[in-house]
Amino acid sequence: MSMSAVPHSGFAEAGADLELVGITKRFPGFTAIEDLDLRIPAGSFFALLGPSGCGKTTTLRLIAGLEEPTAGRILIGGKDVTATKAFQRPVNTVFQSYALFPHMTIIENVAFGLKRRKMDNADALAHEALRLVELDHVSSRKPSQLSGGQQQRVALARAIVNRPALLLLDEPLGALDLKLRRQMQIELKAIQDTVGLTFLHVTHDQEEAMTMADTVAVMNKGVIEQMGPPQELYELPHTAFVATFLGQSNLMTGHVVSSSGNSMVVDVAGNRVEVPRERAQRHAGEVVVGVRPEKVTLHGSDPARQSGRNLVGPGRITDVSFSGVSTQYEVTSPDFGVFTVFAQNTSISRMHRDGDEVWMSWDVGHTFGLADEPSMVPVNRFDEDTDTSMIATQRREQLEAELEGA
Amino acid sequence: MRGFGKYAIWVYSGMALVFLMVPIIYTIVFSFNDSRRTNIVWRGFTFDNWLNVCSAQGVCQAFANSILIGLVATVLATTLGTMIAIALVRYRFRFRSATTLLLFLPMATPEVVLGAGLAAQFLQAGVGKGIGTIILAHTMFCISFVVVTVRARVASLDPALEEAGRDLYASPREVFWRITFPLLLPGITAAALLSFALSFDDFIITNFNRGADVTFPSYIYTAAARGIPAEANVIASGVFLLAIALVLISQFSAAARRRKLALTP
Amino acid sequence: MAFGAFATSTTAAEPAARRKSPIALLLLLPGLLYLGLFFLVPLVSLVITSLQQPDPVVFGQYENAFRWENYVTVLQQYWPQTLRAFGYAALATLFALLIGFPLAYFIGITLRRWPLLQALALVLVIAPFFISFLLRTIAWKQLFSDEGPIVGFLQALAILPGDAAITGSAFAVVFGLTYNFIPFMTLPIYTSLERLDLRYVEAGGDLYASPPSTFLRVTLPLAAPGIMAGTLLTFIPAAGDYVNASREFLGSTDTAMIGNVIEANFLVLQNFPAAAALSLVLMAAILILVSVYVKRSGTEDLL
Repeated sequence: MSMSAVPHSGFAEAGADLELVGITKRFPGFTAIEDLDLRIPAGSFFALLGPSGCGKTTTLRLIAGLEEPTAGRILIGGKDVTATKAFQRPVNTVFQSYALFPHMTIIENVAFGLKRRKMDNADALAHEALRLVELDHVSSRKPSQLSGGQQQRVALARAIVNRPALLLLDEPLGALDLKLRRQMQIELKAIQDTVGLTFLHVTHDQEEAMTMADTVAVMNKGVIEQMGPPQELYELPHTAFVATFLGQSNLMTGHVVSSSGNSMVVDVAGNRVEVPRERAQRHAGEVVVGVRPEKVTLHGSDPARQSGRNLVGPGRITDVSFSGVSTQYEVTSPDFGVFTVFAQNTSISRMHRDGDEVWMSWDVGHTFGLADEPSMVPVNRFDEDTDTSMIATQRREQLEAELEGA
Repeated sequence: MRGFGKYAIWVYSGMALVFLMVPIIYTIVFSFNDSRRTNIVWRGFTFDNWLNVCSAQGVCQAFANSILIGLVATVLATTLGTMIAIALVRYRFRFRSATTLLLFLPMATPEVVLGAGLAAQFLQAGVGKGIGTIILAHTMFCISFVVVTVRARVASLDPALEEAGRDLYASPREVFWRITFPLLLPGITAAALLSFALSFDDFIITNFNRGADVTFPSYIYTAAARGIPAEANVIASGVFLLAIALVLISQFSAAARRRKLALTP
Repeated sequence: MAFGAFATSTTAAEPAARRKSPIALLLLLPGLLYLGLFFLVPLVSLVITSLQQPDPVVFGQYENAFRWENYVTVLQQYWPQTLRAFGYAALATLFALLIGFPLAYFIGITLRRWPLLQALALVLVIAPFFISFLLRTIAWKQLFSDEGPIVGFLQALAILPGDAAITGSAFAVVFGLTYNFIPFMTLPIYTSLERLDLRYVEAGGDLYASPPSTFLRVTLPLAAPGIMAGTLLTFIPAAGDYVNASREFLGSTDTAMIGNVIEANFLVLQNFPAAAALSLVLMAAILILVSVYVKRSGTEDLL
């Protein structure tokens, strides 16, 4: 093994840049990744977010060396590692199932990588890593004697003890319950701050990606749809997929009626919706625009039109669900389908009721215009939603009536 | 099933288990028979047979041959069968269905056919029969059983464990010896024990291919005509008691381990 | 136990993606070559031998020929033993099932609440494997012998006439075969019942099925792979067995099975062509029976 990329003599001093150039991966029968370019700067916490089957796990396995790309190059710290095997790469993985060796004790698990690299003080370093995850007291146990959360921390210790230039996390929190997952998210972030390595985190959990990562790349069908800091992705999604996968969005289709200066106006079934030009990806013809549900304000009566605010309506409230801090309304109208609105339950905001006629307004600056062809966006999604929510509402009313009757 | 049916199954199964035990107990009891020449009628209790096991002519030689044949055939069959089992689970290759058929057929062929076939082959090839040909024959029929046993273990092995090994700087050789092999070991051990048991107790195939060499079962078969010496009962009983002790120890230690696991917070 | 593996048609863990690699060939080749050399080639040897004709000069020597009449001769001469072998094997399989299934049900389901008893009962079922089957058969012979306790007891009760014997009878042979193969029947059924989720049975009861119909419609189909494996593991070796039916053990010349004839022709009479022809007849008959059985039961992925 004379791979120069392997820091045999010791640890990586710091995280290294990762660069994927034109990566394509085909399996018999389907293409998992198509011509993917990606650059992750050293020291960052990068999340690859997408639904299952989007190619994110394949990407991770390609970087780890567990799969070989059909085409393209992988560079770590500027060195081409495409042709090297998994065990020759300065990369470690925290597996989704943790993959702790069941026939070894915890300390043997953690020291495994160090011993393969013939490090002198393997055991001491392994104990140190276990102290970092606060599990040194179980070092002589077998993995099966540990809880899920403890196993996850051992898997993390087993990876970071090698000080890889790049740490890959394959949905490592997926098997944990919600409370433990929150706790682990915080710990993981703290550990990344302490050790300063480059973290690449693959997940389908958008909340996990947003709370932990500096940069999130949203992946769909083998390509990265959009990449950036979590807040930017959320506030200004570029595609319908990002807009709906990362949180919820109200999407509307319409025709651009005017586009001048900083502003673009779209006609959505007779409603005038204004979008700042720099927040729109397309500026002519049929376009899709949207707004996040929590940016929308409900009005019980037709409010006066204000400049700087978009106003649509009227629509009828078809569903109200109260969740403590906020209330979620579904507003249905033949013009714009179903609108979802989140309203904070502050004392001044008044509750609207099922069946009320309402208008909706929001700040022009919160509107975004998508890059998708309107015909490609599943606008009929609204119809289906209407149906299911209608059925649900009817069912609930029926049940309530029965309960009252009893 | 309730009422009468509930007890009926206890009684019926209890009787079946007793039925299974009758000849075993008979064999063990008659290992203590002061039988002198023929061990058919009970003539009184003695330890002599146990203390002078080898006094009956040829019985210890036959036993030693059986052990030797069992060990060599087990090593060969376990090695070859484990390799096939790994290939079947892990790799794609052409002729897969032909391969599984070739592995299934020896198990579906009566022993007398396997024995006669090999004997005919050795006859035609002019190979002298003896311990060597017995080992060749035993290895052959053990391979399929090893494949079946180990295959289940390979299939239940999480591939992520080996990937984790590769990820943690272990070369392919180290991954195999430090991760794959130790994890397959319980399956391989079970297969080896099964092979040994099959080989040790095989009579039919052995009888066709043994030439003048004698194994423990063939010794009994030949002796059956003129009366089996009590020393044969001693050896069989000794092997039996040893095997049962090993099984019980492993069962109880497994149960104890489970209990310990359940107790650890 | 490998016998359990017979009963598994599905594996629990998710399989790793199978790769194509030259390593596969390296792993397969030694074992498959071995089986080719010591399983397939002997079958060819059997075919060649079965068609040989006697050397006109030396007794016990044969020369290659194409004497297919050998098959006609052996079938004419030995059809009773051939039919008897399959008859005895079928009876033994039936009796082993009648004893083995309730026993497997008892260990796998009834004893679930007592794990220690369950383990003990399982050890008792496996126990016969650890002691020479020849000695166990001899034990039955001596227990059944004319001076033995069983005959004496039955004669005292006048169930058996004074001059009657058990050894040497068809009953004794089928009895011995049944006894020897009970574990082979019980273990695969046990493995399929052991994994049976009792909630299915409860669901059966919940869905208005009476206990017998729950058993017929839920338990039995779920145990089917085990029953399938058990019957094959009993029938095939029982049909080819010649120990139980031999004169030194439980049989007599009247109970000789095809295995006895093959042994006698090969090892005593040195009539190799006859032994080879009979072996092939036995194998062909078993393969046909097994494939029909496997097809009808619908579980074709036995291995």
